[in-house]
Amino acid sequence: MATVGLESNSNQSKPLWLLAELTYRCPLQCPYCSNPVEMAKYKNELTTEDWIRVMQQARKMGATQLGFSGGEPLVRKDLEDLIKEARRLGYYTNLITSGVGMDEARIVAFKEAGLDHIQISFQASNEELNNYIGGSKSFQHKYEMARLVKKYEYPMVLNIVLHRKNVHQIKDILDMTIDLNADYVELASTQYYGWSRINIDQLLPTKEQLENAELVAREYQEKMKDKMKIIYVIPDYFENRPKKCMNGWGNIFLTIAPDGSALPCHAAGQLPGLEFPNVRDHGIEWIWDESPDFNKFRGTSWMKEPCKSCDEKHKDLGGCRCQAYMLTGDATNADPVCDKSPHHEALHNDVKRIDKLSGNKDFESKPLIFRNMKNSKNFTDKKTAEPI
Amino acid sequence: MSIELKNEIILEIIPTFRVQWEEVQNCHVVLYPEGMVKLSQSAGEIMKRINGKKSIIDIITDISITFDGADVKEDILNFLEVAYGNGWIRIKQ
Repeated sequence: MATVGLESNSNQSKPLWLLAELTYRCPLQCPYCSNPVEMAKYKNELTTEDWIRVMQQARKMGATQLGFSGGEPLVRKDLEDLIKEARRLGYYTNLITSGVGMDEARIVAFKEAGLDHIQISFQASNEELNNYIGGSKSFQHKYEMARLVKKYEYPMVLNIVLHRKNVHQIKDILDMTIDLNADYVELASTQYYGWSRINIDQLLPTKEQLENAELVAREYQEKMKDKMKIIYVIPDYFENRPKKCMNGWGNIFLTIAPDGSALPCHAAGQLPGLEFPNVRDHGIEWIWDESPDFNKFRGTSWMKEPCKSCDEKHKDLGGCRCQAYMLTGDATNADPVCDKSPHHEALHNDVKRIDKLSGNKDFESKPLIFRNMKNSKNFTDKKTAEPI
Repeated sequence: MSIELKNEIILEIIPTFRVQWEEVQNCHVVLYPEGMVKLSQSAGEIMKRINGKKSIIDIITDISITFDGADVKEDILNFLEVAYGNGWIRIKQ
C-alpha cells in the first residue's frame, strides 16, 4: 500500500493557496512589513460580496488553504461572515493577525463561524522592544490573546520576524512560545522586501547573529520535537543558490490585494510591467490561466542567461523575482543570491557592508521608517522620500 | 514515536488536523495550519474511517471487504504508524 505523498506540483498548476489581504489598514507599524511601501495608493477595498465571489471561484479551481491577512484583517467588520462562507465552501481557514482588535467574544465568534487556525505575530519577547517595533502598546494584549486562542482549542502558530534589533532574544522568544503553548513557531529573518528594504541597514542581522540564532533554533527543535514544530527560515543572502520562491510563479499561490488586484505573490506589486488584473473585472480562472501577469514568469521560458542554460533551473526556477528586481533593477535577471549571477558579488558586498557597520553607534541610531499610511503616502507621492 | 496497535484500539483524528475529500485533486487530503498533504487512495480509505468510533479491527475488516477480501492488515498497520508519527491521529481515551 502506498503511503502518503507530499503534495506535488506537476504540470497542472492550481491556486491551492489563496491569500486574502483584506485591508492594508493596521494598528501596528512594523518597519519590516511585507506590504507594499506604496500601500497608500490601494484604496477602495473589496466588498463582502466581492470576497465571497473570489473565494467561490478559487475554491472551484481547487484552492484549499485560505489565509485572511492584511494589514490587520480584524479591522474588517465582515470577517466573521467571510470565515463562515469560507468554511462552508470547504476551505481550511487561517487567520493571520497581530492580535490587536481581538477579544474573547470575537475568538468565540470565529470558532462558531468555523475558523480553523489562528496565527499571531509577536515583535519581540519583551514588552518594551515589542511595543517599539510594532509602534503600539500591544505586547500584553497579544499575550492574553494567545492564551485565549489556546483556551478555545485552536491550533496556534506564533510568527516572529527576526532582525538585528531582536535576533539576540531568540532564546527568550522561543521560551515565550513554549510558555504560550504554541503548536507551530515560524521564525523568519528580514530580507530585501517591502518595508524592510528601506530599513535594511538597520534590520539585516549579521552573519554571526544568524549563525547563533540557527544554533539556538536547532537546539529547541530537538528539545521540543513532538510538542511544537519550529520552522526556522534561513535567509538566503549568505547562500550560493536561491530558493524556489513561492514554489514557482503562478504555481500554487494566489494573492488578492485589498483593492482586488491579483498577484502571484504578496510582494509582486512592486514589480514594473505588471498589469495587476482585478477581480472586479475578471474571474479567477482567467486571471490564473490566461492573464499576462500570471504567465509572465511561469515555468522557465521567460529566463535569460545565466538561468536559461542552467541545468539547475527547474530546481529554483531562477529564485525570487522581487529580489532580482530590487537588487539588480531587472526582474528577469537571475536572483543575485545565485553565484552564477553577475550581481552575486554586489549582493554579498552589500551584506558585508551592513555586517561591518552593525554595532556602530551612529549607524545603529539611525531612525527606522515605520510602516504607516503617512510614510507610505510620502513614498507614493515623492518616490524618493527621506526618513521621517 | 511508535504506537502499539492492538485490534480493539479506537483511533481519532487530532482536532488540529482535518481530513476531507478534494474533488479537484481527486483524493483525500490532510489539512493543517497553512499546509496540506495529499493522500494516496489507500491512505485516504484508512483516514476517512478514523472517526473516534471504529476500532482498528473494524477498519481492517471494512477495508478488506471494500477491496474484495484482500489481506490489507499489514499495510494498514504500517500506514497507521506513519499517521501516528506525523501527529495526525491519537488513541481515543
